[in-house]
Amino acid sequence: MIDSLDFSLLRAAQNGIELTEKPYLLLGEELGISDEEVIKRLKLMTEQGIIRRFAATMGHRALGIVANAMVAWKVAPQDLERVGTILASSQEVTHCYERELAHNWPYNLYTVIHSRSKEDCLRIAKELSDATSVEEYKVLFSEKEYKKTSARI
Amino acid sequence: MDKTDLKILAAIQESFPLVRRPFRVLGELMGISESEILVRVENLQKKGFVRRIGPILDMRKLGCSGILVALKVSLEQADQVAAVVNEYEEVSHNYLRPNESGYNLWFTISAREDRICEILAEIKERTCLDELILPTKRIFKIGVKFDII
Repeated sequence: MIDSLDFSLLRAAQNGIELTEKPYLLLGEELGISDEEVIKRLKLMTEQGIIRRFAATMGHRALGIVANAMVAWKVAPQDLERVGTILASSQEVTHCYERELAHNWPYNLYTVIHSRSKEDCLRIAKELSDATSVEEYKVLFSEKEYKKTSARI
Repeated sequence: MDKTDLKILAAIQESFPLVRRPFRVLGELMGISESEILVRVENLQKKGFVRRIGPILDMRKLGCSGILVALKVSLEQADQVAAVVNEYEEVSHNYLRPNESGYNLWFTISAREDRICEILAEIKERTCLDELILPTKRIFKIGVKFDII
């Protein structure tokens, strides 16, 4: 597991590095460690999978990817593995999660589809339905974004 | 945005170098100077193409669980309730997704399980709204990367 310095480092780094020649030096100064130490720790946490990627997060709206639909699928339990794998392999599907059932809510598999238009999202959902033979699904378009951040510690 | 910008975006959404002078290394890959790439990335951030450069965390490895929640709230009240939900920094995403079920507000919480329970209880107390609570069981795919080139 990570120590308290790693934790502080992640907390500082998750706000995004400064765009400057030596960003890790700045990050280290906040924590009282060298840039070499910062780099060593970030690399190690990447190897351990605590950091999935150290990378740029894209503003997809600026890239023209303006439509975002969550599609909730009703999948038979014995079919989850197969359907989840097919859905996850689609380029337009950015997230695919199995979730617990709720009362009066029969959907157990959730995908997020990003695309250039609502029509596109609907078409993709239909294609995925055909590909998986899952006929019961609900497309939920986002009409307003109240918050969008990375999960933070 | 020109070709070089697109190349930069494609590269840094995959990974950003963990070396002392990351922009110099990136610049070498793109065939431009450190100062030029810095200016370009700054511009890309200013225009909203790049949100931030940093670690994308596996919250599960950090002891956190994820949960999707939907609240049954009218469209008239949604803004007000969304503001309450947004007060919690553990709420990472929060969207209005109008649909006939009436569960119009959808948000995710990422935190330790006891903290999730605490937040849900507080939101319940503050809004008195009917909710769907949908904990994550299995992740088939996570990660937003886009085809740029």
